[in-house]
Amino acid sequence: MIRAGLPDAAAPFVAFATLLRANGFAVAPEQTTAFLSAITLLGPRSLDHIRRAAHATLAPPPERREAFDALFDAHFLGAVELGRETAEPDPDDMRVQEDRPGGFEPPASDDINEAGQAATAAEALSSRRLSPADESDTLRRFQRALPEHLPQRRGYRRVAARRGPGLDLRRAMKEAIRNDGEVFRLPRLVRRLRRRPILLLIDVSGSMKARTDAHLRFAHALVRAADRIEVFTIGTRLTRVTRALQLKNRERALATASGLVSDWDGGTRIGDALQAFLAVPRFASAARGAVVLILSDGLERGDPKAMTDAVKRLAARAWHLSWMTPLAADPGYRPETAALKSILPHLDALADAGSTERLCHHVLTLAQPRAA
Amino acid sequence: MVVRAKVAGIDSPEALAHALTSAFYLADDGLATAAYLALALGKPLLLEGAPGVGKTEAAKAISGVLGRRLIRLQCYEGIDAAAALYEWNYPRQMLAIRQAGDKPVDIYRDEFLIERPMLQALRSPDSAVLLLDEIDRSDHEFEALLLEFLSDFTISIPERGTLSGRERPVVILTSNRTRELHEALRRRCVYHFIAYPAPEREAQIIMLRASSVAEATARAVAAAVGRLRREPLAKPPGISEAVDWAEAATVLAKGGASWPDAFRRSIGVAIKDEEDNAHIAPRLDAIITGAAA
Repeated sequence: MIRAGLPDAAAPFVAFATLLRANGFAVAPEQTTAFLSAITLLGPRSLDHIRRAAHATLAPPPERREAFDALFDAHFLGAVELGRETAEPDPDDMRVQEDRPGGFEPPASDDINEAGQAATAAEALSSRRLSPADESDTLRRFQRALPEHLPQRRGYRRVAARRGPGLDLRRAMKEAIRNDGEVFRLPRLVRRLRRRPILLLIDVSGSMKARTDAHLRFAHALVRAADRIEVFTIGTRLTRVTRALQLKNRERALATASGLVSDWDGGTRIGDALQAFLAVPRFASAARGAVVLILSDGLERGDPKAMTDAVKRLAARAWHLSWMTPLAADPGYRPETAALKSILPHLDALADAGSTERLCHHVLTLAQPRAA
Repeated sequence: MVVRAKVAGIDSPEALAHALTSAFYLADDGLATAAYLALALGKPLLLEGAPGVGKTEAAKAISGVLGRRLIRLQCYEGIDAAAALYEWNYPRQMLAIRQAGDKPVDIYRDEFLIERPMLQALRSPDSAVLLLDEIDRSDHEFEALLLEFLSDFTISIPERGTLSGRERPVVILTSNRTRELHEALRRRCVYHFIAYPAPEREAQIIMLRASSVAEATARAVAAAVGRLRREPLAKPPGISEAVDWAEAATVLAKGGASWPDAFRRSIGVAIKDEEDNAHIAPRLDAIITGAAA
């Protein structure tokens, strides 16, 4: 379809795809081809046609539409994009951040977006260096043990079995053909077991400072071992770090994740963060039927009612909801704060997050039958 | 890639948008462009968006505009080839073997084949539109199956060999984004994200879809649902909820209720979650009076 040597007019469009890739957008060659065909089809009579063709064929995810448009303007209009990152966030507005591979800012070349770069530098200062792991042995053993110890549920996909409720007609037919049309035994189908998804919410506020690094390393081990998992950090805002933690190298994964989180050691607004989580249907559906783990001391500075409501709604979706607090390491610990007391009836477990061993132990024993 | 600039008499996004409007669907420029490109480039169209923004409606309208019947496949966890592609009619095969006795019999003829939606669409590409609804509900196994189908529009049946259509069927996929789809799937498709419409457009949609709603009512409802969607609700009202709300309030007002009261009493058709109701109750009056102003 593409002849050797593209016409000159096509060059800027191909260059745009290259620019997108350099900025962390996944653009496949077939998408570039579709983009070029789309432009030919549409005329194009105006820049809007090209923009819409780009949206349709290069498929930027809706969260990154703004960054995509900024790159588009920079490339086709030569527009200077200023100050997208510098706007002060409204303190009452719970910001939701999504992670994506690649850069988050749209600097197209060196001469634009100084403000954006300044913001990046300021954010880099606020990202923390995470200390190297010392409990890596525990985590390695945990990672190996997890797949077998995760709670399971019956899925809807059926597989062949010796006995079971369903009839496998396809296999029966095959065997009958082999036996001159006689059916000697009826092959059966059972619903396959599937591991339950995990949702991990990590409190990164100031009061949890001493344990945050260990919690992120624990999260990394979980992400590496479980196939369906979502990880968010909560503090003054909600940040999705699942993708960052999928990197195999632990130190690199943690560095990427810590770069995303911009509310280290800030105040705690657990209630608002959980509300924000539940308000995004895409996120909230990650809690459905899932093992939900909240790593937090529950020292809420915001409205305890918001937190209670959110926990109640989360508990209604989750299969099992554990609140894991480092404070529970003390054997004499009793939940005293109003917020924690009020969420207690909605929790399935209030567990000890005092050490990585305790965390791992709790998760590995979730599938064991529990006292009602 | 086979590019056809004109499909069923439609030769531009504007022409498609116009045709969709006469099929009672108001498409914005982005959707019209994406849908036109999907038709012209022979690629599947992937529509994403929150529940209730009209993804399935868009597919119905497109099939209506093309004058083709809509074959809908609702996805769910565990959906497999037997439900999506084809299945053999085993009892009939068994009977045929018994009846044939010693004579050889071909039990893989068409009469023993049960066509499921994807095979149906492949076999009648010029008279059908295939809608794969809510693919985010299916699992990874089905996504892999879909990938094979969407990349070269063939279905391989081990007993028969590979079936391919005379031409590419029109395929529309929808997703509520409850999970991220495989990148390869997104790559194969022309993509459009349907956002909630702006209040003016939503008011137009309400008037187009509802039977007898005054313009002022439609505007007020559009403004009110716009505000409701900004609240942290578990189930934000979709477009069909907005249409229902406008109709319900109109019915109540005809029965003698005053306007703000009619809106308030019919909130149940817009917000269908007990906790959302409790959350919104203290501010409902402000939202309704603000929207009616």
